[in-house]
Amino acid sequence: MAQEMTGAEMVIAALADQGVEDIFGYPGGAVLPIYDALFHQEKVRHVLVRHEQGAVHAAEGYARSTGKVAAVLVTSGPGATNAVTGLTDALMDSVPLVCITGQVPTHLIGNDAFQECDTVGITRPCTKHNYLVKDVADLPRVLHEAFYVAGSGRPGPVVVDIPKDVQFAKGVYFKPNEFPHKGYRPKLKGDLDKIKAAIEMMRHARRPVFYTGGGVINSGTEATHLLRELVRLTGFPITSTLLGLGAYPASDPQWLGMLGMHGTFEANMSMHDCDVMICIGARFDDRITGRLDAFAPGSKKIHVDIDPSSINKNVKVDLPIVGDCAHVLEDMVRLWRANAASPDPALKVWWAQIDKWRGRRSLAYKNSSDIIKPQYAIERLYAATRGRNVYITTEVGQHQMWAAQFFKFEEPNRWMTSGGLGTMGYGLPAAVGVQRAHPDALVIDIAGEASILMNMQEMSTAVQYRLPVKIFILNNQYMGMVRQWQELLHGGRYSESYTEALPDFVKLAEAYHAVGIRCDKPGELDAAIKHMIEVPKPVIFDCVVDPAENCFPMIPSGRAHNEMLLSDAAESIEDAITEEGKVMV
Amino acid sequence: MSNASVSHYPAATVSQHVEQHTLCVLVDNEPGVLARVIGLFSGRGYNIDSLTVSETEHEKHLSRITIVTRGTPMVIEQIKNQLERIVPIHRVIDMTVAGPALQRELAMVKVRGKGEARMEALRLADAFRARVIDATTESFVFEITGATDKIDSFINLMLPVGLVEVARTGVVAIGRGSEGM
Repeated sequence: MAQEMTGAEMVIAALADQGVEDIFGYPGGAVLPIYDALFHQEKVRHVLVRHEQGAVHAAEGYARSTGKVAAVLVTSGPGATNAVTGLTDALMDSVPLVCITGQVPTHLIGNDAFQECDTVGITRPCTKHNYLVKDVADLPRVLHEAFYVAGSGRPGPVVVDIPKDVQFAKGVYFKPNEFPHKGYRPKLKGDLDKIKAAIEMMRHARRPVFYTGGGVINSGTEATHLLRELVRLTGFPITSTLLGLGAYPASDPQWLGMLGMHGTFEANMSMHDCDVMICIGARFDDRITGRLDAFAPGSKKIHVDIDPSSINKNVKVDLPIVGDCAHVLEDMVRLWRANAASPDPALKVWWAQIDKWRGRRSLAYKNSSDIIKPQYAIERLYAATRGRNVYITTEVGQHQMWAAQFFKFEEPNRWMTSGGLGTMGYGLPAAVGVQRAHPDALVIDIAGEASILMNMQEMSTAVQYRLPVKIFILNNQYMGMVRQWQELLHGGRYSESYTEALPDFVKLAEAYHAVGIRCDKPGELDAAIKHMIEVPKPVIFDCVVDPAENCFPMIPSGRAHNEMLLSDAAESIEDAITEEGKVMV
Repeated sequence: MSNASVSHYPAATVSQHVEQHTLCVLVDNEPGVLARVIGLFSGRGYNIDSLTVSETEHEKHLSRITIVTRGTPMVIEQIKNQLERIVPIHRVIDMTVAGPALQRELAMVKVRGKGEARMEALRLADAFRARVIDATTESFVFEITGATDKIDSFINLMLPVGLVEVARTGVVAIGRGSEGM
């Protein structure tokens, strides 16, 4: 088992032993020994990104589409600081990854050496945990610990900072054992008495709703199966957060659509009027709750989460259950089955009410035969990709919300988007990571023309590794969500939200040796999308859409779930937002 | 709708009752662990009234951090949960609610004066069971241990007598009775 090797070789050995097949990175002075070790082997394949932020997002896409812990390798100083946005994104959205950073030799640490930065200091608040390894004897333990910490409990990013002399030093490598960390043991099983109490509350519910989040997907496919089983057994309605999409099939009649600021009318109204809320793996984020003192006022709340600090953080809940979603759901299904009763007639009344809300058709929009409506573009994209093995990533903004509303997800791990941090520039590198993990799948980055320019350089990566990702740009020439808020809150003064000099995206694609497609007519959209899907190369699709379209429904700032604005009320929005609401974003 | 509480974000907790709690935190004695704890408090806007840290179990590499903090009950619960989330933290005990506990700190108090002031300083020190640990013809350094309010009142009494300087350790706490933490 134990084997003598250099620190750099240990890194590769540990990656291989942890099941890492692909690592995303960018070389530099302080990681050269590791890149040298990489050169001498074939177990771990390296993807050379064009910017370290891209490396982390690619790893995020890889991790979220596979459920595995992904790996990143960057150099010291700017390599590490460039990775910070990606690490913060991964922390906010609970994405498991290990980021190995090079560091200047130990004797130079603190000397302001070339490409030195305090990596562990800088990344401490944006990682789940981090390490500076000063002795090669600690390296194998730390590497295995890092993978364990990243992937267990509530997942998150872990940084391992390795000085160059430690990479050169020789030591004894050992393989991972079952519990690589001496103290860290997240609680997986929920308290059975509390789960029994939860089932009791659910049995007596008259207006129940499931509110589920990314935690269900992070917990694994078993959690998804159990959630579906429980929802069907109970007959309750279910809504999900942005990150929770796909855990429950969007085609199912019990599905209410996404909730929150741009969620459906029926989802938000059900949340507002429910008497029992069953929150599983979600964290009552401010985009979900709206005005806190008017959030689901008459409800009893059950909250299942693996992270105790998510419980009672924003919203006081009545029944907290700390545990892994899959474990708790398993107990819930078993207990519900054990005492299966005929459904409460009250549930019928509740569904009748929900059907009335559905009747508002809150996602309706006015289509046009002259100009492509962004919603229409997503609908056609969805129609063209149905039945295919498809993965969707997005950037951040209006297009992201439209994608969440109009692309229907049937399975988990198919939807990669930056929720917590809201990182523009996430989608393309994430798509690169997803395509690397699923070479035969159709991977589409639904993008905006502003976001895509933030990490456009990763197109070069996609071309180099023959990753045929499709970038579907809803091009409205504005930072659309910024423009929408300026229209609604700042008197239509479009301060700096219009992009004067956009590139010609078709030529840009060609410059990268990819394929460019432009479409600005609704009648030509289907054929153009078909072409995009069939081209076996990376594609930039410049879909020119209505620049004035706003994203509805919308809960305006300072308002509650039952005060949402629908698209046909667009003219009166200005009046609907309070002065206090204007300070919110 | 000009109500100031109308907000998209959680309402401010100012109207809620603020409590002071003493937390004992058992951590791995490794580099950066104190920075994690302090970073958590500053990053999330929690208060630190007092903080002490020292290795307590050398062979197990364990240190004990004692933090006196204040916040609403919801914030105190958050602080505990957030602390427990830090990987090298083993346990967090809220000494304020865990049962009867002893809380002590140590202070060294330098006082300067001549004649009657000097005598008065000694008399007060005697009343507070403070020890003289350094003396010159015109100054004393007293060592005093006790609960925070006892030390506060000793320092307040020394002010008019000729207080020069104070060094305090901050609070350490331990539960009463035979049980360990």
